[in-house]
Amino acid sequence: MRILMLGWELPPHNAGGMGVVCYQMARALAGQGIAIDFVVPYTAHHPNSEFMNIISTSSRNPVRDDGTWVYDAWHGAQKTFEALNDEFTQVAINHAKKSRPNVIHAHDWLTLKAGMAVKEATNLPLIAHVHATEFDRAGGSTGNPMIHEIEQMGLLMADRIFAVSKLTKQIIVEQYDIPEDKVEVVYNTIDYADFAEPVTGETYRYAQRMKQDGYCIVGVVNRLTVQKGLTHFMRAAAKASSRLSRFVFIIGGSGEQRDELIQMSAELGIADKVLFTGFVRGAQWRDIFEVSDVFVMSSVSEPFGITPLEAAAHNTAVIITKQTGAGEILHNSLKYDYWDEDRLADMLINLATSSALTAHLKANISEEVRGKSWQDVAGHFIDQYNRVGIPA
Amino acid sequence: MKSVVLYLHVHQPYRISPYSIFSAGYEHDYFADHRAKESAQNQTILKKVAKKSYIPTNAMLLELLQKHSEFKVSLSITGTFIEQCEQWAPEILDSFKQLVATGKVEIVAETYYHSLAFFYSQSEFEKQVTMHREKIQSLFGVTPTAFRNTELAYYDEIGAWADQAGYKAVLAEGWDPILGWRSPNFVYRPPQTSNIRLLLKNYRLSDDVAFRFSNRSWGEWPLTVDKYMSWLPTGNEQVINLFMDYETFGEHQWDDTGIFEFMRSFVARVNDSPWYTFKTVTEAAALEPRDVVSMPYTVTWADTERDLSAWLGNAMQQEALRYLYELEEAVLDADDTPLVADWRRLQTSDHVYYMCTKWFRDGDVHAYFSPYESPYDAFLYFMNAVRDMRWRILENHKGSS
Repeated sequence: MRILMLGWELPPHNAGGMGVVCYQMARALAGQGIAIDFVVPYTAHHPNSEFMNIISTSSRNPVRDDGTWVYDAWHGAQKTFEALNDEFTQVAINHAKKSRPNVIHAHDWLTLKAGMAVKEATNLPLIAHVHATEFDRAGGSTGNPMIHEIEQMGLLMADRIFAVSKLTKQIIVEQYDIPEDKVEVVYNTIDYADFAEPVTGETYRYAQRMKQDGYCIVGVVNRLTVQKGLTHFMRAAAKASSRLSRFVFIIGGSGEQRDELIQMSAELGIADKVLFTGFVRGAQWRDIFEVSDVFVMSSVSEPFGITPLEAAAHNTAVIITKQTGAGEILHNSLKYDYWDEDRLADMLINLATSSALTAHLKANISEEVRGKSWQDVAGHFIDQYNRVGIPA
Repeated sequence: MKSVVLYLHVHQPYRISPYSIFSAGYEHDYFADHRAKESAQNQTILKKVAKKSYIPTNAMLLELLQKHSEFKVSLSITGTFIEQCEQWAPEILDSFKQLVATGKVEIVAETYYHSLAFFYSQSEFEKQVTMHREKIQSLFGVTPTAFRNTELAYYDEIGAWADQAGYKAVLAEGWDPILGWRSPNFVYRPPQTSNIRLLLKNYRLSDDVAFRFSNRSWGEWPLTVDKYMSWLPTGNEQVINLFMDYETFGEHQWDDTGIFEFMRSFVARVNDSPWYTFKTVTEAAALEPRDVVSMPYTVTWADTERDLSAWLGNAMQQEALRYLYELEEAVLDADDTPLVADWRRLQTSDHVYYMCTKWFRDGDVHAYFSPYESPYDAFLYFMNAVRDMRWRILENHKGSS
């Protein structure tokens, strides 16, 4: 079986979690003997990706001179998007005509327009994999109508839809008016074995030192955008700090809300407690989990959210919003409504003051994620491909 | 006879080079150039300004002091500037020594670290003034008799303090809302003081040179010496206090604007005039004060507001200094000389100035002088340095217990 995957990023050239999910999914499928042609809109070296065939649709660099990713261009000006999309579509169609895949598997709206075009040109079945909708990204507001339109058309034209959680399936059914039985929930997961190599937490020596002195270390790893609910998190952090001063908050990630959040930390009088790391990967990324006692995902609307699983794999207690899809499979996490700052503050205080509670949560949640692997879910994907795909 | 009192302020801060949270606990050299891009490095900047300003301006001043018998000038030179010269460009200090050796140059007292310590810690403030005095004595062999606070930040208590400390003059902005109908061109006395005199900057005449000289959209451009001389007061005024950054000459106003020629002929004209002469600040303070001037709230020489808002106007700036000064006792108790020096270098007011978010109106001036991409980066680097200080204090404590 051969799958034409339309993606926009793969590690190490990823701006967010999407690239990682795609990479691990493809690796697991390849492990089951599936041939993967993975299309990306830039040219770059992808180490440890020999198991799939990576097709570049342009000679663009994934990271532009101004430090933004190709992704940002796609998300930005419509003209830039159109130009990128035309190249992307043309290369994908040509490739599909040559290689005759069984299924087109398109990830999110950025590739959905191309997915429709390839389907039209080749008559191949299309799976639309929804990692996030524009409703999620807009963080409560309406979002970009052009993107809504692409999503709507793509979801109508797709032969089958993958949703990363029940939460997302519900949005697809209710907001896009798609019949329920066309949408399959396929949860993301992690390759637990990827975290086998121990990390030290040494990256954050200051936080470690504070931890020795009895401080509670709270970690966040996210893009700093409105979707992630970090202004609520920041106010909850201030509320918790006003009752118990021994907190350190590490905020990993970059994004357009950075300056606003920095200023907010100062206005709330907790600037010394909030550590902004900028965009992190590798040891700097994993050490946030390692040094943290508690990991928080504060998203206003998170279709899945892979980082709580990654945090759990590092033996960290996890707090997530009820609006985070990963909560459907993480049973041993504390959950709150994204707007309920008092509730989050209470949870932080409780975890900081009760080592028994924290230890209990850590033990149970790490048990939940122990041994998890994309191999376990590859079968689910293959069943679905067989259901819609052209027989090999 | 009216006296032109020319006072120039010489300063360079030790800028924090991009100092991330990953450095905290590992690298303690907050000001080390190796992390900064070349154009933002302390050494690069000092050498650049030396070439454009310090060397040619001192050469000009020496020439004018030797040529014109009446010409005199007052200078304040910060400790962080002197340290940088000692480190990277001792020839600059030699040229300042030559100026002082003419006997016609007065050195004005201030905080060694160009800090706002007066507003946070009286004892730290006094230590820095003492450090500065000792540095000036050992370098130039003179003892300052006039005082200016950082950024000319002044209110009545500073006048009272300086009086108690025995200074004969203290400098401040001649700001209209304070002066009302009164003119900055007289000598005043701060309230509740006995001996000290208050000298107020004539900001119009000062800023014509310091800020507007090369501004082509200014209605009076180009500024000729004839025109400028015609603006000088002609009544019974005592002084014309021209207070400005030393770096006006060659750095803020580049050589090609004609600023050096302007200065040369201005000094010659005043020198040869029967109505005008020059005095240093302490000499001016010997004149009979005309009135008592009270400044109940802080006035500075910066921006259109003339307050401390460029340094303490937003929450980031207030937080930064709050956490820094909270460390005072722990730092001084630690018996760790490098720690104390770093803590004091972080007090230099430029660090919080880089965090200023008043981008409109005055923001262009701020952006020009910032080595960072944004005020938020300035804040993060500073806070990470504060965290490292905390880390060092904890580690020190561990070692000694």
